[in-house]
Amino acid sequence: MYKYDAIDQRIVDERVAQYRDQTRRFLAGELSEDEFRPLRLQNGLYIQRHAPMLRIAVPYGMLSSRQLRKLGDIAKKHDKGYGHFSTRQNLQLNWPKLEDTPEILAELASVEMHAIQTSGNCIRNITTDQFAGIAPDEVIDPRAMAEIMRQWSTFHPEFALLPRKFKIAVSGTKHDRAVVQAHDIGLEFYTDAQGKMAIKVWVGGGLGRTPILGSVIREHLEWQHALTYCEAIIRVYNLHGRRDNMYKARIKILVKALGIDEFRNQVETEWAHLQGSLNTITETELKRVGQHFETMPYETLPSHDASFDMAVASNPAFAAWVKRCVHPHKQAGYRAVTLSLKPHGKAPGDATSEQMWTVAELAEQYSFGELRVSHEQNLILADVKLSDLHAVWEKARAAGLATPNIGLLTDIVCCPGGDFCSLANAKSIPIAEAIQMQFDNLDYLHDIGDIELNVSGCMNGCGHHSVGHIGILGVDKDGSEWYQVSIGGKQGNDASLGTVIGPSFSADEMPEVIQKLIDVYIKERTPEERFIDTVRRLGVAPFKANVYAKEEIAA
Amino acid sequence: MSNLIQLNQGIANIATDAWTLVQLPASQVEERKQAGKVVLFKLTGENTVTNEQIATTAIPATGKIIVPLSVFITRKNELASRIQQGEVGVWLATHEVLEHLVKDQPDLNTLPIIAIHVERFADGRIFSLGTLLRTRYGYKNELRAFGDVLRDQLYFLKRSGFTSFQIRADRSAQDAIASLNDFSVPYQGAVDEPRPVFQRYNRTA
Repeated sequence: MYKYDAIDQRIVDERVAQYRDQTRRFLAGELSEDEFRPLRLQNGLYIQRHAPMLRIAVPYGMLSSRQLRKLGDIAKKHDKGYGHFSTRQNLQLNWPKLEDTPEILAELASVEMHAIQTSGNCIRNITTDQFAGIAPDEVIDPRAMAEIMRQWSTFHPEFALLPRKFKIAVSGTKHDRAVVQAHDIGLEFYTDAQGKMAIKVWVGGGLGRTPILGSVIREHLEWQHALTYCEAIIRVYNLHGRRDNMYKARIKILVKALGIDEFRNQVETEWAHLQGSLNTITETELKRVGQHFETMPYETLPSHDASFDMAVASNPAFAAWVKRCVHPHKQAGYRAVTLSLKPHGKAPGDATSEQMWTVAELAEQYSFGELRVSHEQNLILADVKLSDLHAVWEKARAAGLATPNIGLLTDIVCCPGGDFCSLANAKSIPIAEAIQMQFDNLDYLHDIGDIELNVSGCMNGCGHHSVGHIGILGVDKDGSEWYQVSIGGKQGNDASLGTVIGPSFSADEMPEVIQKLIDVYIKERTPEERFIDTVRRLGVAPFKANVYAKEEIAA
Repeated sequence: MSNLIQLNQGIANIATDAWTLVQLPASQVEERKQAGKVVLFKLTGENTVTNEQIATTAIPATGKIIVPLSVFITRKNELASRIQQGEVGVWLATHEVLEHLVKDQPDLNTLPIIAIHVERFADGRIFSLGTLLRTRYGYKNELRAFGDVLRDQLYFLKRSGFTSFQIRADRSAQDAIASLNDFSVPYQGAVDEPRPVFQRYNRTA
């Protein structure tokens, strides 16, 4: 993974000094609340219900053991001993003291980390596929380009105060796992007819209040132009995006208002001036950064391992875990492992300091000292030998990190919701926990099979409910908490937005509502058909009918 | 005490202001509102100045003046001799369209100063306007930011081509100067240093 040189280190150190002084000025009354807000937000600090929330950047989801160990230490020392991994692959601390935040940033800087631009109206953390570099279906490893873009976007002067937040995702696989269509800019890397790295550029996607899937603004862009082309897009947005109404300020609204063709004309006109300027990426720079992401020093192994095969055959619990949590790898004899942060009845995405230390240890011992955070809020060991899987499983299980539910109904993607977040209309964690307990039967879960359930506590959509096969959205009705349910959303190449099934429900009703949706699926599915495919084949009607059946009789 | 910071060859100093800012008279037209509140940010290209305002703007008879874009364009004949003598600059609000100035005044360098008024700290259009003036339209003279200008914008304003900064009256310009150099090694190319870090250093060493 990328390692800082003296220049990178200096930038984060100077950021700590700058933020320390900003905080000092705020505490001394030299900065008003309103004036401090954009400053602290660009350093990931929110003021929440109970305490500030600090969002720490995990660029494109990559962490070293040393970094994760430090995160565990920070959570122990400055928080209540746990952190929350978010859908932007970042880590959030829920209980730090404002006065402590400069010190936390200094500790982060000591392990090449920061909280720069994790919030605020600026270019946010760039996200990608958690299996980048090891996925068998990968065409291009996008991490070097993601790092080049991270550096370019860091304190970009022209885009320091955009109309609204700005999210970029990069992906280099046949099967998109980075949700590029749901980002302000999505960069899909591929190899073109000349055998060169090229980019398909998506623009104007976004979840939140007005979920919209992006449009293709350019089918083919040579990789050298990634930065200047993004500059052209963001300049048009910076000048013309709405600032008078924050709910209409995202680039997706501008793209819709102008239409993609007119928006493209404006961007191309702008780019005609920027193309070839000094921000054009050089071969040398791509090579320099790329060296940090070279293939790991893999051993040459056979594609089968007898001890592994025997363990799978003899131990059903291990076999269940392998089925759900172990993923193919491009290198023979290796596998990627997802450590589930979704044990039933616990807040999805949360990890204790002890768990972070355990994972750091596992990564060090079995996976070249590196790990990744997925946007589904789990942790990934990317390079585990087949022969080590059983040992990893046993240690992960002892730490509560081996629930065999990845991709199943209880692998719920969930925002912190009304328990923590001051934007939320409703709680989300208790809903997720209640659903997990309703379906706390592994055989049944495996029988239901692949399904994605997403919960957001408000229409800002941090839980990505719009692209969940089942999406749950917390809404406020006259001061009480209600939940709106949609089905048929999907991430990936064939992404779609969910359809709301009808009037919303109270928290108590939610497990039963999900049960009724699943009952329809089990009854109607054809062999091997996934939930999402049944919904696409049948439409919303039969699901809706079953969920609302009782009410109709009562009426 | 002046609250104006000026950059000369990269050196920042507190300077006395040689220019008088000419303001438009208050508008009689009601402000656009949303949910009962005045809209904080005007849309780019929104026409917010009336002919009456332009006609009744009081222009001092002598001295160096910075006039609003709309006054500059509409009352040009009246200002012609002073423009020739280099005593007239122009200011724009962040929602005004730069191309209107460029169309009216193809050689921007006949203007000794262009100023941009930022009504609210959070309005980052000012950075694109500065960048375009410097890189697209070749403007070389003084470029000033005024309005809600506070120290934590200065680094970005400097990198976007601004060379003078009228710090909001209730804040110390002296304290603010330090923030021009919050960061010593920028990653990306911008107006003040167009080469990105990978063009300036050999980072492979």
